[in-house]
Amino acid sequence: MGKTLAEKVWDAHVVRKGDGEGANAQPDLLFIDLHLVHEVTSPQAFEGLRLTGRKLRRPDLTIATEDHNTPTLDIDKPIADLTSRTQIETLRANCKEFGVRLHSLGDKEQGIVHVVGPQLGLTQPGMTVVCGDSHTSTHGAFGALAMGIGTSEVEHVMATQTLSLKPFKTMAINVEGTLRPGVTAKDIILAVIAKIGTGGGQGYVLEYRGSAIRSLSMDARMTICNMSIEAGARAGMVAPDQTTYDYMHGRPHAPEGAEWDAAVEYWNTLHTDADAAFDAEVDLDADTLEPFVTWGTNPGQGVSLSAKVPSPEDFGDENAKAAAERALQYMGLEAGTPMKDIRVDTVFLGSCTNSRIEDLRTAADIIRGRQKDPNVRMLVVPGSARVRLEAEAEGLDKVFKDFGAEWRFAGCSMCLGMNPDQLEPGERCASTSNRNFEGRQGKGGRTHLVSPVVAAATAIRGTLSSPSDLESASAGTLTGIAV
Amino acid sequence: MEKFTTHTGIGVPLRQSNVDTDQIIPAVYLKRITRTGFEDALFAAWRKDESFILNQAPFRSGSVLVAGPDFGTGSSREHAVWALKDYGFKAVLSSRFADIFRGNSGKQGLLAAEVAQDDIELIWKVLENNPGAEVKVDLVSKTVECGNVVAPFEIDDYTRWRLLEGLDDIGLTLQHEEDITAFEATRPSFKPKTLPAKS
Repeated sequence: MGKTLAEKVWDAHVVRKGDGEGANAQPDLLFIDLHLVHEVTSPQAFEGLRLTGRKLRRPDLTIATEDHNTPTLDIDKPIADLTSRTQIETLRANCKEFGVRLHSLGDKEQGIVHVVGPQLGLTQPGMTVVCGDSHTSTHGAFGALAMGIGTSEVEHVMATQTLSLKPFKTMAINVEGTLRPGVTAKDIILAVIAKIGTGGGQGYVLEYRGSAIRSLSMDARMTICNMSIEAGARAGMVAPDQTTYDYMHGRPHAPEGAEWDAAVEYWNTLHTDADAAFDAEVDLDADTLEPFVTWGTNPGQGVSLSAKVPSPEDFGDENAKAAAERALQYMGLEAGTPMKDIRVDTVFLGSCTNSRIEDLRTAADIIRGRQKDPNVRMLVVPGSARVRLEAEAEGLDKVFKDFGAEWRFAGCSMCLGMNPDQLEPGERCASTSNRNFEGRQGKGGRTHLVSPVVAAATAIRGTLSSPSDLESASAGTLTGIAV
Repeated sequence: MEKFTTHTGIGVPLRQSNVDTDQIIPAVYLKRITRTGFEDALFAAWRKDESFILNQAPFRSGSVLVAGPDFGTGSSREHAVWALKDYGFKAVLSSRFADIFRGNSGKQGLLAAEVAQDDIELIWKVLENNPGAEVKVDLVSKTVECGNVVAPFEIDDYTRWRLLEGLDDIGLTLQHEEDITAFEATRPSFKPKTLPAKS
């Protein structure tokens, strides 16, 4: 029988097969091709190496950037928050001591770790990629097996360049059809999570397949793979194709000449064989999909934007009912309220889910020549310094500033509020990020997860809105945003 | 890592599903560079509410957390495990754990025991009707006991073995260093390296 994409990549990295079979099997030891490091989950791992006198085995397969704590204003000044500053300085000292390449604040390659890897061409098909960050699943968009790990595993990879892992099950997510204008990759993944739940992917590697996935750009595929973890899956993948190769060609660390040809020959084998079987399959119809938005406090609590806030009574399961009740109370929402009647205070365009150049372009296309609702503040935080420069070269910064949005420097920013970009208690935000957990964007903050185009339309109207709710003046641009 | 065989301690019923790691420890506490001292950060937002279970005696001194399904979802932060351990928890019971959280627990000697939701409901009732009741978690027999409830739990054999023996993961892997070196020699030359830097 044939193999799935995930199994092929797994098998190509087995250093040592675990003893035993079936449920009693020991884990396999897998080689790790790329280890991404940032300031939050690495200090204790570096300290562990020091305490045990161990070396960093492969500095040449390791790269670090500063993202979670970094301010998005006044980046030329010392970081005001002393504990944040200490954490950043600790990363700098550790990278120096262990010989790790680091892109610091102010460097043109600095940015969110999951934006930096792909843009440098370091993320390639068929690789194993890990990082002490659950959104490492992003890199699966290239046909890599990429997963988030905890700090103990970070230390393990530093010391051995391997991970002990038990094989995952595989799940196909088949998305067939054509997305309508104004419906994006973000809506696909929010709909998938609502369908299978926050635990539905637990123990699986997801493979996104089907005509709707094939027609997506790399930026859009990254958005989908990024949120695989919100469905409980440690990794999500898309088989590489010409779109992948076109994105990669010419990037700083992409292979060149004969090496490129050898790589492509290998990459072309990285697809699920016709006679391979998945452990589970889920189908989603792209033709009928609408813009999606969350109403609750986990990413599975989402509905179509044209729907109403659900009632706890809509849920059969007692746990889901209790969770819905609690979520409505936290979110300050009443069951039955049309989602589009919900007024927001803030719009956040950014995060490793939606801060790439295409995300900024599609949002800019919606707001160009329009006015922001005066009661809404909008933060635009590019995923990396390079994305920011690229956007500025296209004049997108001017579009956002003319609109009344704040144009910031790169980092994780308001996705998790480790830096000063946070919501106030009770403040409501339409956010292109990945988690609507209680307090995620600031203590007491209320988060609705949305796509970049919904974020843009919401900033114009002040209430959760899709681009199709805007006056017909936008009709011309709408056709341009099917991504 | 300390060996884990059995533990008996006050059970804390946390009647909630989808307890994500942002709730277990909010991001603001992740700025520290130490591996210990996170007890104050555990459930920091919820503990501001006086009625929260850990603010009530005798649950305050609990060491076995009995939670709803999908415990530890979201962020990979191992700080969630450190905070639970630093507070005094030795075991967490849930019908379903997020993968990364479960992995992190195993590395740190916190037992993540997968107990069927029906049994969790029975244990919740015992703990709520008899505050301060103890839960015995036996890793040798893979069972939990609370009042008149005796239930099996699931844990993968490898993690169980490592916990029972208190083994260090990195030390185990480095026993196979020759295999790693041999594998490295076969890595295709088209695969990227971060050094020297190109831009």
